[in-house]
Amino acid sequence: MKRFAPYLLILPGGLWLAIFLVVPMVFMASVSTQEGDVVNGFVQTFNLSIYGDVLSQYGTQFLRSAGYGLVATVVSIVLAYPMAYWIAFRGGSRKSTYLLLVLLPFFVSFVLRTVSWKFLLADNGLLLSPLKSLGLVPDDFHVLQTTVAVIGGLVYNYLPFMILPIYVALERVDPRVVEAAQDLYAARRQAFTKVVLPLSLPGVFAGVLMTFVPMTADYVNAEILGGPANTMIGNIIQSRFLVNNDYPSAAALSFALMAAMLIGIFAYARALGTENVLEAAAR
Amino acid sequence: MHQDSSLDAALLRGMTRPRSVTRRDAFRLAGLSAAGLALTACGVQGKKAAPPQKDAVADYWASKKKNGTLRFANWTLYIDKEDGRSPSLEKFTADTGIKVTYTEAIQDTPSFFGKIQPLLASGTDIGYDVMVITNGIHLSKAIALGYLVPLDHSKLPNFAANAAEKVKNPTWDPNNTYTVPWTAGLTGIAYNPKYVDEVTSVNDLWNPKYKGKVGMMLDPQEVANFGMFAEGIDPDKSTEADWRKAAARLQKQRDDGLVRKYYENDYVDALARGDIWITMAWSGDIFQQVAEGKDIKFVIPQEGGTIWTDNLCIPKTAQNPLDALTYMDYVYQPKIATMLVEAINYITPVPSTKDLVLADAAKASGDDKKSLEQLANSPMIYPAEADMARLRSFRALTIAEEKVFESVFQPITQG
Repeated sequence: MKRFAPYLLILPGGLWLAIFLVVPMVFMASVSTQEGDVVNGFVQTFNLSIYGDVLSQYGTQFLRSAGYGLVATVVSIVLAYPMAYWIAFRGGSRKSTYLLLVLLPFFVSFVLRTVSWKFLLADNGLLLSPLKSLGLVPDDFHVLQTTVAVIGGLVYNYLPFMILPIYVALERVDPRVVEAAQDLYAARRQAFTKVVLPLSLPGVFAGVLMTFVPMTADYVNAEILGGPANTMIGNIIQSRFLVNNDYPSAAALSFALMAAMLIGIFAYARALGTENVLEAAAR
Repeated sequence: MHQDSSLDAALLRGMTRPRSVTRRDAFRLAGLSAAGLALTACGVQGKKAAPPQKDAVADYWASKKKNGTLRFANWTLYIDKEDGRSPSLEKFTADTGIKVTYTEAIQDTPSFFGKIQPLLASGTDIGYDVMVITNGIHLSKAIALGYLVPLDHSKLPNFAANAAEKVKNPTWDPNNTYTVPWTAGLTGIAYNPKYVDEVTSVNDLWNPKYKGKVGMMLDPQEVANFGMFAEGIDPDKSTEADWRKAAARLQKQRDDGLVRKYYENDYVDALARGDIWITMAWSGDIFQQVAEGKDIKFVIPQEGGTIWTDNLCIPKTAQNPLDALTYMDYVYQPKIATMLVEAINYITPVPSTKDLVLADAAKASGDDKKSLEQLANSPMIYPAEADMARLRSFRALTIAEEKVFESVFQPITQG
């Protein structure tokens, strides 16, 4: 009995993982190598060449999505760090109110929030029409259906996921270590770069995980705010699946995307130091 | 396309009502959950169904009894509504004793098909006894896969008597074996006369003057038809070489930066907001915009426009098929069809409704009278004979053709 005890203990979690993660993944992997169509049925042929086919066919969208994800993640860090810093160190007794304000947009549907940008950014909308009448931008200038609009939408929608982990990391920084640094004649800037920033990096790492992955796979922002040249891989997967009922290529695309992201994340974790990563993930 | 004049009236009416702006949009976004379901579908092998034998139809219906309930899945804003109730459905219940559960379950054909396909494949009840599917790739698939119940036309006397000749025996469903039309609508060009000169030709969608202000549709079948019209090709008779010619034309339009976006239902907002000036458009949407006082024009281009039909059909898993069939016949009574067209404003399959709408207008007063007359006289709802002659359907595609077709046209709208 004693020998099996550890296995019994992981059974609930293991079962959960098996049912909700492993089984669907295996199933999807099997779909990805099938051939056929929805009318005549799909047959398992272990057609691995499909991975090469979809990657060459949709390579542009893959790279574009990764690029958008990367840029949007960097912009998120730039915007989120000062905000998290300010709440953590200057928030005082109102910290929880500020955090609530950060989360408040989540009380409105994701789609609705994105659609509302369409109205704000419309060619003759609230933002652009005053600029146009002042002559600051040319008449045919537009933001909707451009890369800027898509990346802006991504940043806007996922920003709280970056703020929160950074805030948590900063909040944990013991004020006494900052005092100690200052006692040792560190300037404020040095105290920040040598003490606070390194201590908050796990939070940044967690934030990157929580934003880069969903941003890269996102299709709502490109769908609503993007134009013909902003199609992301998520849009392709969605339409392969639902419009074309081409399940194998959609599954293969999903798997390729997942593999690419896992590789990217592990490379990133390695570069940053695995311990930090595990620690961050454990939070 | 031959059109008899009485049908015109019907056609005209039906073109009016915009379906909800959010219909297609919302569906796309619901895609994730549908995708989950669709995944399950992969395990189930599809099977091509043999065409039903005459006896099979009789066999199926012989044992079916009226159950007194009907579950109806329809698009949003696609039936008469007063204070949240539907007078035509209440009348149906009063006349037949069949209670109706009406659900606005359909936002978009592909997403709805994605949701029901796995259930139909495994023979599980989808929760509806009658549903409305647009002609095109998905309806053809549903027929090919044997997902629809063949109709017993001996129980559809009103359809036989009152349906326009033109809607009978459509190319996608010979002899109305599986479907009868709910309404039809047109795809043409809508434009804002403030920025755009009078439009008569599809070539105006390629006019460099409107660079970045042109809207096209995302649906490959819709956009393909307009590409073919521009090349002078009749979609019904088109070949793969024709598709490539049309695709090259569309690709050029995109590469030249003319196209702002490939839209779903959201083109209406973009047009109203001024993001686009000229766009492919559905007749009913534009009729509504005009009725609301917007200065927007709708034309069926001289090279051609598209007519599409939303069809009533019974899924093979229906629990109350006879009640569904009863309803399908019921709506073909001119009085009921009039109630529907006055609310839906798309093209009705029952031509005799035009006179009834005018009769209602004569009885009404004030704004009601005005709007009913507007309905009966709008060229968007009752297009001229000459316009009707230029209308084409979506090309009927076999599964093999569909793959080629999509591989030709989809890369244009999804770059």
